[in-house]
Amino acid sequence: MLYALCFLLFMVGLYGVLVKRNLIKIIISLIIMESAVNVFIVMIGYRKNGIAPILNKTMEHQEFIRRTVDPLPQALVLTAIVIGLGVTAMTIAIAMRLYERYGTYDIQEIKRLKG
Amino acid sequence: MLEFIGLLLLFMVIAAIVAIETRDLLAAVISVTAVGFGVIIAFFYMRAPDVAIVPIVVEVLILIILIRATLRVGLRTFIGNRDFFGMMVTMAMLAVIFLAGIRVFDDFPPFGHPVMQRIADAPTRLYIANGLKETGAANIVTAVLLDYRAYDTLGEATVLFTAIMGAIAVIRKKARKKPTEPEVGEWEE
Repeated sequence: MLYALCFLLFMVGLYGVLVKRNLIKIIISLIIMESAVNVFIVMIGYRKNGIAPILNKTMEHQEFIRRTVDPLPQALVLTAIVIGLGVTAMTIAIAMRLYERYGTYDIQEIKRLKG
Repeated sequence: MLEFIGLLLLFMVIAAIVAIETRDLLAAVISVTAVGFGVIIAFFYMRAPDVAIVPIVVEVLILIILIRATLRVGLRTFIGNRDFFGMMVTMAMLAVIFLAGIRVFDDFPPFGHPVMQRIADAPTRLYIANGLKETGAANIVTAVLLDYRAYDTLGEATVLFTAIMGAIAVIRKKARKKPTEPEVGEWEE
């Protein structure tokens, strides 16, 4: 059920990418898709009543192994978030350059892109 | 707990629809930041504090860059989507993808049971069991990030550097000096 909601968020972003005409709206949709995927990957590693994967001295190591959430998806999502920032900055830079050249964000008026 | 994450995801879906469908670009930018902060709260509730701190900076940076792109004098706002036939085809394809893709979750364990429990030799088990002994880091996420998968982090830094260099190269005004301008120094042929 929760996975389905996450997938719905992804589909909302995909709808925006496919249907919208404004370049800024398309970039916003890409950001939404990226957020949905990140939340989904962290959700895979969640354990009910789990604890954060940080050791402390008061807890036995065996109990920590039994109760901790999965740290590997968290580490990879951390990488993905930072890469997403770089990709978003790159796309916005290209969009601003297109605006300077064409004076609009409407992708149907940017006709010289057609091959 | 489970209902809270459900409500949070519902809020994020609504904010995403508002961000995509609203006419005002500035409102759209702020709505997509609302989605981002919903993601951050979800990370905190799913016991991922390391992952939750980084996107705060990332969301604020994305907000600043997007506002820089949308705040322009005389920016024409236009409504409307692409043509009608293409839109119908798109909606049909999206429905098919959603209804087919949702069946993937039948094979998943229910929420709250991590996938690593199913796999006997999952690398995560080794990381949790030996992380402190092998790396000396009490935080297993940083142990994975900076020791077990350090090459991934190096690649991440490379990708980020390349993307930022590309962005700077794209948005700077003048690519290089025009050849007709008189050269001041002799350092450039």
